[in-house]
Amino acid sequence: MNGAHDLGGMHGLGPINPEPEAEEPVFHADWEKRVFGLTLAAAFPGKWNIDMSRYARERQHPIDYLRHTYYENWLAGLEKLLVEAELVNPEELKTGKAAGPADEPIQQRALKAEEVAETIAKGSPVAMTISTLPRFKSGDSVRAVNRHPTGHTREPRYVRGRVGVIHEYHGAHVFPDRNAEGSKEGRHLYSVRFSAKALWGESAPGRNAVYVDLWEDYLEAA
Amino acid sequence: MSEHHHSHDHDHTEPPSDLVLRVQALESLLIEKGLVDSAAIDVLIDTYETKVGPRNGANVVARAWGDSEFKQWLLRDATAAIASLGYTGRQGEHMKVVENTPTVHNLVVCTLCSCYPWPVLGLPPVWYKSAPYRARAVADPRGVLEEFGTELTDHVEIRVWDSTSEMRYLVLPERPEGTVGWSEADLTELVTRNAMIGVEKAKPPLNIGRSK
Repeated sequence: MNGAHDLGGMHGLGPINPEPEAEEPVFHADWEKRVFGLTLAAAFPGKWNIDMSRYARERQHPIDYLRHTYYENWLAGLEKLLVEAELVNPEELKTGKAAGPADEPIQQRALKAEEVAETIAKGSPVAMTISTLPRFKSGDSVRAVNRHPTGHTREPRYVRGRVGVIHEYHGAHVFPDRNAEGSKEGRHLYSVRFSAKALWGESAPGRNAVYVDLWEDYLEAA
Repeated sequence: MSEHHHSHDHDHTEPPSDLVLRVQALESLLIEKGLVDSAAIDVLIDTYETKVGPRNGANVVARAWGDSEFKQWLLRDATAAIASLGYTGRQGEHMKVVENTPTVHNLVVCTLCSCYPWPVLGLPPVWYKSAPYRARAVADPRGVLEEFGTELTDHVEIRVWDSTSEMRYLVLPERPEGTVGWSEADLTELVTRNAMIGVEKAKPPLNIGRSK
């Protein structure tokens, strides 16, 4: 979707103002810690995946997305996911009082303290084996398809319609557009090099380039 | 953060106390429903506050500076090379390492959200997740670098890596001059988190006040 999250190339957002590295804490408030931990833990019943989480945050009103701090966006996304997955109903969310416990099989999947280290170390690889051969190879000229889906996508607006060159083939990975709809499907994934001039016009420094990971559905021969 | 129930004095942001209450209410609701275990949340927080952070990435970089075979492996198959040092898992399942040279400087961003290689760098700093960085890194990388005090000569090609997939990028900074013969442990002191994102270079040796 063409939401406020798709920020590449936007103007007027002001300076970055980084905190000095040596002075920046991992979290800036206790509530941020809890939102971080809750968001990770609440995914374990298996009702959503990473692309559904991203899409939940993206679907906020653009004004809310931009004015919120990072973990406020996580909180808004988590509340949306919990209600949409029917793990929590809106009344429970409003009152903070449970109308009843979650179903037993769901409760059994809740993350336990002793499982955390192994779960983190294992991660969730997204590489898949698919039956089709990759359409493109390194050096091929490709155009990022000019498409504007209203669902989740990882094709940023600033590359759409632009011509680049395949830098590297990454193998087949889970396709986010379909994964956000709950369907785990593999698609070939490529690193595509776009010259700064192709993206930002003739005044951009000629030597610079942006490398973007794009799935085959986002690409056509050029 | 401890004062609750004071009146709204501005229109555009929620008072922090409301936010604190909202998070507390959500956590107690999810515990009551059996959906989360607060001890597991404590361990998750502690893991990324105290255990997994940019020292891991500094160890990867220092090893690559001192061991050319490891460096070639790292550039060819970063996931496996990094796993050999014990850094694996969540948000680092598929790794790529990009090398800075005298003519190429790499910079990592996630314009669409906040993708970042957790096993080697921990959780991202606020600025990495901020709208201005995400907006400008792809369109004006030189301006972004200048804001971090990093000046590059005009002949240096800047390559920006937008983390749109589950591939995660780590910059291998150039090894600073004047570090011949240094131990790996000493070299790690020169490797900052910001250098591994690509907004800065590794520290020059004189800046760490060692007596070598």
